[in-house]
Amino acid sequence: MHAIREAVNAVRRAPFLTLLSAAMVALALYVVGLFGVATYNLHQALQRIEERVEVVAYLRDGARPSEITVLEDDVLRMDEVRGVRFVSREDALEAARRDLPEFEELFVGLDVNPLPASLEIELMEGFRTPASVARVAERLTIYPFVEDVRYGQEWVDRLFLLQRIGALTTTVLGGAFAVVAALIIGTAIRIAIFARREEIYVMRLVGATNGFVRRPFLLEGAFTGALGGLLAAGITWVSYQLVSRAIFRLEWIPVSWVLAGIAGGALFGLLASGLAVRRYLKEV
Amino acid sequence: MIRFSKVTKVYPRRGKALDDVSFQVEKGEFVFITGHSGSGKSTTLRLLHLAERPSEGEIRICGFSSALTSDRELWKVRRRVGMVFQDFRLLPGRTARDNVEFALEVTGNRRGEIVARANRLLAQVGLAGKAGARVEELSGGEQQRVAIARALANEPQVLLADEPTGNLDERASRGVLDLFRELNASGMAILMATHDLELVRAHPSIRLLELSEGRLAFDSVAPDASPVQEGV
Repeated sequence: MHAIREAVNAVRRAPFLTLLSAAMVALALYVVGLFGVATYNLHQALQRIEERVEVVAYLRDGARPSEITVLEDDVLRMDEVRGVRFVSREDALEAARRDLPEFEELFVGLDVNPLPASLEIELMEGFRTPASVARVAERLTIYPFVEDVRYGQEWVDRLFLLQRIGALTTTVLGGAFAVVAALIIGTAIRIAIFARREEIYVMRLVGATNGFVRRPFLLEGAFTGALGGLLAAGITWVSYQLVSRAIFRLEWIPVSWVLAGIAGGALFGLLASGLAVRRYLKEV
Repeated sequence: MIRFSKVTKVYPRRGKALDDVSFQVEKGEFVFITGHSGSGKSTTLRLLHLAERPSEGEIRICGFSSALTSDRELWKVRRRVGMVFQDFRLLPGRTARDNVEFALEVTGNRRGEIVARANRLLAQVGLAGKAGARVEELSGGEQQRVAIARALANEPQVLLADEPTGNLDERASRGVLDLFRELNASGMAILMATHDLELVRAHPSIRLLELSEGRLAFDSVAPDASPVQEGV
């Protein structure tokens, strides 16, 4: 109870100092927030591309419906497969006419449909890696009525490489931003506690336990960190809106990310406070 | 109550601040510690408060040993040993009452009790009428009285005072000393560091320890004690 009252009183007595610390925390977390928005949108873009990864098995003209049904059942039993869609020769021609209007004349003059029937195989999330895709394609080639299997190997390889570069960059840059943010938050909280070192001194002087001294500062640090996190979320959202309206459309990060940012600010504030108070506790 | 046994304190840069100092103080004793600037008066008090540890020797105070009391247990010592300073060390921007209540909250007293005791302590040091004044609005003597009231919050057995009259005029100094004598009369041991020889001479009944260059040069209760020297 004393800790809460002291923390509230400290904020009340020096609101400017609290706001200044919270603003420093907010600026540090704002950079992390912007990075989060960029990362999230990059991840979403790659995800959308990844969802288009599929394996197409082209069937020989003589393939019987019963054989195609057996193949469909076999494919659906594979762990990597989410769904299978049969595309008849007619459907393939129709789709080609629809998707490739520039070749309309070529399709009009045809006496015979040159396009084969096929099975379009959609893969489960987590199995769209080059190795998994190649494995599924390899299994399909053993069926004699499957003429050819395509999955755009080069394209899948490039996508996979891009994803790995994205993940590595996110980890390294995100880690660096988080460390810089932690250092800035630590400094902001240390400045706030430096201004109140006399209180720590007096508390120790009159017989306060370390825990008694620490608690209000920990609460205050967590509050300042959370307030900074909240401010950072606000200015990140404003920036996202401005970019979305003026430059290109972006997606806003999930609420869980925002909450994690605020909780992170509170946690950093708490830790920074704990470390700073520890230093002054040793002085008396 | 206090035993200073062969205590030496060496600072890495400053060198020896105290050199093989020994003395004992009994319950209810009043002791002046005098000496030139840098003679080791403040170091002695800081060591007694266990704010620092001796490089050699041992200090025992109110049942606590400097060798056996960890930093985590210091609060136990601080609740039995009060301390006041020349520069008061009050919390600025707060009232006299706030400063005393702040000390009472530390020991987990209930709110009603804190208010009542703070009023009682401020009355005891003669500041009942100025409880609501901010410390900056008080005179030096009044600020020192607030600091004393704060030091008394835990009802200590020993009061350490480091040059408590150093920033005060003669009248305020006399007032602080009278207050100390009252507290001492109620059984509290008081060790007061001062370089004010006139104050010391005006109270010949108070025991005197004189430090010189970190060594105990004179103890008025020692069998071979001679009167306090000029130029101390």
